[in-house]
Order: sequence, then structure tokens, then C-alpha cells
Amino acid sequence: MEPALVLLITCFFTASIYLLLSKQVIRMLLGIALISNGVNLLIFTAGRLTHEVPPIIPPGALTPAVATANPLPQALILTAIVISFSFFAFLLVLSYRAFQELGTDNTPEMRVAEPVDQPPPPGGY
Amino acid sequence: MALDIADQTLVFLALPFVAALASPVAVRLAGEKAVWLLALFPAAIFAHLVSLAGPVAAGEVFTGGLRWIPTLGVNLSYHVDGLSLVFGLLISGIGAFIVLYSGGYLKGHPQLGRFLSFIFLFMGSMLGLVMADNLYCLLVLWEMTSITSFLLIGFDHNWRASRRAALQALVVTGGGGLALIAGAVIVEGVTGVSELSLVLRSGEALRESPYYGAAFVLVLIAAFAKSAQFPLHFWLPNAMEAPTPVSAYLHSATMVKAGVYLLMRFNPVMGGTALWEAVLPAFGATTLIVGTLIAIRKTDLKLMLAYTTVASLGLLVMLTGFGTDKAIEAAVYYLVAHAFFKGGLFMVAGAIDHEAGSRDIRRLGGLRRAMPLTFAAACLAALSMSGIPPFVGFIAKEEIYAALAGGDPRSIVIAVVAIAGNALMLVVAAAIAIKPFLAEPRPELGHAHEGPVLLWAGPMVLGLLGLAAALWAGSANHYVFAPMAGAFAGHPIDAHARLHLGLSLPLLLSLLTVALGLAVFWRLDAARRAMAGLLRRIGWGPDHGFDQAITATLAFSRSLTAFVQNGRLESYMVTVFTVVGVTLIAAMAFWGEFPALPAFPADLTFYEWGVLAIAFAGILAVLWASDRLTAIVSLGIQGFAVALIFILFGAPDLSFTQFMVETLSVVILALVMTRLTLHKADHRPAGERLRDGAIALVSGAALGLVLLSVTQVPFDSRLSDFFAQNAYAIAHGRNIVNVIIVDFRGLDTLGEIAVVMVAGLAILALIRIRHRNRPDAEAAAQTAGPAVTKEAA
Repeated sequence: MEPALVLLITCFFTASIYLLLSKQVIRMLLGIALISNGVNLLIFTAGRLTHEVPPIIPPGALTPAVATANPLPQALILTAIVISFSFFAFLLVLSYRAFQELGTDNTPEMRVAEPVDQPPPPGGY
Repeated sequence: MALDIADQTLVFLALPFVAALASPVAVRLAGEKAVWLLALFPAAIFAHLVSLAGPVAAGEVFTGGLRWIPTLGVNLSYHVDGLSLVFGLLISGIGAFIVLYSGGYLKGHPQLGRFLSFIFLFMGSMLGLVMADNLYCLLVLWEMTSITSFLLIGFDHNWRASRRAALQALVVTGGGGLALIAGAVIVEGVTGVSELSLVLRSGEALRESPYYGAAFVLVLIAAFAKSAQFPLHFWLPNAMEAPTPVSAYLHSATMVKAGVYLLMRFNPVMGGTALWEAVLPAFGATTLIVGTLIAIRKTDLKLMLAYTTVASLGLLVMLTGFGTDKAIEAAVYYLVAHAFFKGGLFMVAGAIDHEAGSRDIRRLGGLRRAMPLTFAAACLAALSMSGIPPFVGFIAKEEIYAALAGGDPRSIVIAVVAIAGNALMLVVAAAIAIKPFLAEPRPELGHAHEGPVLLWAGPMVLGLLGLAAALWAGSANHYVFAPMAGAFAGHPIDAHARLHLGLSLPLLLSLLTVALGLAVFWRLDAARRAMAGLLRRIGWGPDHGFDQAITATLAFSRSLTAFVQNGRLESYMVTVFTVVGVTLIAAMAFWGEFPALPAFPADLTFYEWGVLAIAFAGILAVLWASDRLTAIVSLGIQGFAVALIFILFGAPDLSFTQFMVETLSVVILALVMTRLTLHKADHRPAGERLRDGAIALVSGAALGLVLLSVTQVPFDSRLSDFFAQNAYAIAHGRNIVNVIIVDFRGLDTLGEIAVVMVAGLAILALIRIRHRNRPDAEAAAQTAGPAVTKEAA
């Protein structure tokens, strides 16, 4: 079953990179949302897949009785989901505020930090 | 507790650094009178070194020091032999007079304390440099002299010329220091020891090593940069921007001789080879001739002296490379004589500048009556520089000619160069001693008068020393010249030159030199005009070349920065993803590690296929969304499909979290996006879309291939098994994922919560700062205001 997931993850990455390469901040945000899911699925698949058995120790036992899903990637992804959500929310608000201040969501036009006609730093002695 | 002599020496070597700390305080308390107290520091060092002179003359070598990093062979160790001792005496002795002179020269200057502090820092570094036994200790101190020289040249940092000169000196001598580091590493690699006293015994191994050539070139670059050999000489005349005490001390008597010291120090291990005896005299002779020729073209006293210093350093390098014992002896005499007369003449030039207000030889005249003591000091130094008996300069010149009187072609060529150089130096010496004092008095210099004792004591004493060293040549030979020559040559040398005027070839050559010099001096103005014309015709010089190199470096760095950091997010993105894709695929292709073609995944149920298809559809919908609602909904589709994938493959915790996060994302997106415009479609032109699509396909496929390879290697489940085995046994939890999160990796979770909190705070801050501090907007509103009211009216 891993190859099917690999194919889906490839689609996630391709689509998100295509969106990230666009010059509109709003599309890049969509790309960020997609790439987070792609990375989570990548970690999930790299830890191998198991059908429907969550990593839970049944009552009365010390260890899982049957082969369960790999708990380690799940713990990693749980952290990753939360962090990528905060990251996404921050980027969203940042782009919204940038749009308010600059009136554009086109990255080539957003050059406040590095103006095009900036004079070179002083040379000489 | 009485310190033994080794520890005493260490304390005296540290003394200048104490003085560096003390001088700002002392100057604040006592003004320039503090120099009388501060001069006691170098005087004490001098006295201590004098007490070592007897044993050193008897062949003793003092060593000692502290361990620093013994495992790397780096120690703060010193080694006092004849060579170190004479340099140490010059540094501390002349240093004492320089401190006094600084008090007179910078009297009332608000930063005299800082200046003296730099001078003492330099003195400590230079003393350490000539005493250092450990190669790396020597390197550190070598760089410290470069840095203190930078600070002193740039002392008047409000002047552009000072800043330029300081930077230039630092670049040239610091660059030489880099070469020296590499050279030291080679020397240690070949000989296996890092103490100079031990390296001195491994000369054979070093000279026969295949790395000898590399070590030789690197040491030579360092020495030539420091000692201003052609074509690296240009920084030294520019360094005359420094206050005159600095020129007298660093740039004539001591620091510039560090390169010569290095060559003399390495002579026993590196010298004697055909390479050494060809390269050193060639560069030295060129430097001697170029230096003296430019010196007679100059009219500024300090620049004339600076170029003759370049020439004298050339002469020393030439003699060092000549290789015979006699030449070594001559170099030793000349080095000491030069320190006396050049240090003195610089101080005279400074005194003239200070009292008469000009250093231009064409504007000076008739100062003999106004400044008789300075005139006397100038005469003493100039006579020694010209090589007139009974001064030590004469002995040095006689020794040079005696060493070069071999009769073979090489000796004759070098002797001719030496005669020409000495004759031109006599011209400069005569010009400096005669023109300002004996030429027609200038009415505009009527205010000039003798400077304070601080200004004339130094040059006077140095001038008299030049006389004393010749009159009491026996003692000088025993305590100074013979031990120094012995350490320089690597075997004992009996230096016994004294004043004698018997008819001999050296004396004839001396007479020829004097005659030649006087002839040029008689037609000095014509010679100066001729040189000026010649230099004008050449036009380009290394000094100009330095500017060109700096400008070119700046231009290169600017264009590289503009290319790499062009401020366009799009180009950064393209670079990042292209590199990711190409690197991964190229690496897999290079090592032939593409994953095997997988079999069809038949173990998936139909509903699993269904969920994957929904996710795929969601992705496509996001890509083609042409309005915000579609985009938000499509993003939701793929997010919820991912949550379903998690639940189907045994990860209910992930699934719940994903559901909540996706819901929240969609809500927030909907809130924000309704205020943003999503253009109907991509604005990229077709070509760009094709390019971006290709990049996305390649890097997406690369990541997919890597993942496929990962799933095809055997799975290492040790870590997962550990958690499964211990979740209940140790942490008493049945949900293994929860146990990992809150227990085994609890600190990670704390970090995660911190990230969420910081992001929340940042979002809050972003929302709070609404249209704040926008002067253009406010200005626009203000200017628009009256216009509106006007229209309304």
C-alpha cells in the first residue's frame, strides 16, 4: 500500500511547489497548507503503514498484543500538525497585514525591505 | 619571594601591557607630564635586558614561559639570544624616548592617553614578537603588531588619508601574516616541533624537504609585506599619515624590521640555499634602488625619510640574502646604526613640523638659530646616515663594502647597487640636515623656536649613541654585535670592526660614495625634476594598484550580492526548489540508487482508494480554484481526506487533531480571504507556468522517489519497539502515542506549546499595529484635507 501513498504524496509536493513558485502571496499560502500535509503524510508513510490498528495497549496487557501502527511517526506528526497550523495562521495574518499596508499581494512589487533603487552602501575608505 | 631570572623576564615582557592600561589614567591625572613616569616602564625593561647582555654575550640563552595549549604545541614561551636581545634593547630603549617625545609632540591633545596606550600595546607585541620561542606565539604577536600599527596610523581617524593608510597597512601586513600562518604550519609539519629554538636544530630536514619551496615563499611574503619590500613597499610611505612618534618608532626603528628579524631568525634553517641567495638579494637590491630614487623626488621630510627607510630595509634584505658571514656582520651593524639615525631623524622632522609648522623642504630654511639643539641632533643622525666617520653608520658602510668586495660578478653587481643606494641616501641625509637649518631664512618661519626638552632629548641621545657605538666599538662588539651576528648566522661570529681609516678598498668605495652623493646633492633640484618626470611617465604604481584592487573587490562583491540576493522572492524560490530536485535526482543517478519499480498495491480496499482519490481531487481543485470560496473549500477537501487517511491507517489521534486544525484553518481562511482578492487565475505568462510546472514536477518526483527508496529498505523498528514495550511498564499509559508526547518526549511538547504561544502573540501584535507610523499616508491625508474643504466651499 505504500506505493499508492507515495504517488499521492508526490502529487501533494508537485502541486504545492507549483503554488509556492507563483508570485501571488495568497497562492503561496495555499501551497504552504498543501506542503504541510504532504510532509506529514511523508513521515507517516516512511514509518510504514498498518491497516486500522491504533497503537494502544489493551487493558490487562503490558505490551500490545497484535502488530499495531507505528506510534513514533504519529507522535512526530501530532507535533508537526500543531506547529504547521500556528505557522500557517501567522503567515495568513502577515500576508493580510502586508496586503493592507502595501495594497498588493504580488511579491515582485513587495520591495519595502530591499528597494530596487536602493543606493549601494558607502565604498572607499 | 625572589623570582628567578626566567620569571623576571616574563614579568618584564608583560610590563608594556600594564603600562597600556595605566597610561590613560596617568594622563588624565597628570597631563603630558605623565610621560616622565610612563617612560620608566620601557626604561625598566631596558635595564633588565642590559643585565642579560653579559651572559648572552658569553653564549647563554635564556628561555622560559607559560604553557598555553601544550597538546597543540602552542605555548607562551620566550627565547632570548643575541638576536632577540638586540631587538629587545632597541624596542625598549628607543621606546622610552618615544614615550617622552609623544608627551611633547601631542602636548594637550585630548587623546594623548589613548595614543600612549596604543604605543605600549605595540611595544608589548613587538617585544614579544622578537622574544617569542613558539611559532604560534610569534604569529599572534606578529598580527598584534599589525593591528596596533593600524590603530596608530589611523589615530587621526577624521582624516580620510589616515583611514586609507591604516587600512592599507593592515591589508598588506595582515595579508603577510596569513602567509606566515601557512608557512609556520609547514615548518611545524616538516620539523615536528613548534619551538623556534628546536626548529633551529632541524635546518637540514627543512632545507631538504619537498615543502621547502612553499615554506620559503610563504615566509618571504610575510617578511616582505612587513618590511615593505618592493613591490609591497607602498604602505610604508602612506603610513606617514600617523603622528610622528609612530613614524619614528614603528615605521623606521622597530616594526618594519620585524620582517628582517624573521628572515634573520630563519636564516640558519632556511638560508644558504640557491633560492634564498638568489631571491633575497634581487628583491632587496630592487627595493634599495627604487626607495632611494623616489626619496630624492620627495620634498616632504617624513616622506623622504620613509622612502629611505624602504631603501634601508632593502639593503638589509639584500645583505641577509648574500649569505656570507661578513655580509651578516654588515647587516647587524647597519640594522643598529639605522635604528639610531632614522629614529632620530624622524623625531627631528617631527620637531621641525611641530615648531615651524611645515615639513616641506622647499618652505623651510634658517632654523639653525631658532632650533640649535634640534640642528645638532639632526647633524649627528645625518652624519651617521651618510656614513661619515666617526659614526657607527661609517663602520656599517665599511663592513658592507668589505663584505661585497669579493670580485665575482654577483658581488660586483650588488656592490654597485649598494654604492648607488648609499650615495643617494647621503643626498637625502644632507638635504634633511642642511636645507631646513642652513638655507635662506624664511620670514614666515620667524615664530619658530626650540621645542621643549621632550622633543629634542630623544634624537640627541640617539645621535650620541650612534657616535658612542663607534667610539667604544670594543664593548659594542662584545655585548651587541657579535652575539647578534652569531644568532643570525647560526654559529659564533667574531665581529670586531672598529673605526680605522687605513687605505683599503672599502675606504676607497666609501670615498666614491661620498663624492657621488655630494655631486647629486649639488644638483638636487635637477635630480628631483628628473625623477618627477620619470615617475610621471610611468604613471601607474602599486599604491594606485591597491586602490584598483579594493575597488574591483567591492564591485565584484556588489555584483555577486545583487545576483544572489536580488530581493526577488520568486528567484529564491526557483533556486531552492531547482537545487532540491536536481541534487536529489543527480545523487540517485550518480550512485545508481533509484528505487525499484513497485508492484501494484493490491492490498488497498476500495474505500481506501476512494479516500486517496478524494485527496487527489482536492489538490486539483486547489490548483484550479479561480475564486476564494472554491479555494477554501478545496483546501478543506484535501485536509479532511488526509484526516481520513490517518484514521484508516491506525492513527485516530492524528485524525482528530487534523479534523480540528482543518476546520479552524478553513474558518480563519474564510475570515481573512474575504478581504483579500484572489485573481481569477494565475497571472503567470504561459512560459513561466511551464517553467514552474517543470520545476515542481522534477522536485516533487525527486521527493517521491526518495520516499519510495525509503519504503524499500528494511525497516528498523527498534525505537518504535522501545516505546511499545515501555509505554505501560514505565509510563503507565495505554495510548502509546500520548505517552510519547506527554512523557517520553515531554520537553518537545513544551517547545511545541511555546511555538504556538509565540505565533499567537505575533498574530496579536500584527493585528494591533494598524496603519501606525505611516508618514506618507498621514501627509497625504493632511494635504488632501484642505483640498477637499476647498472643493466643498
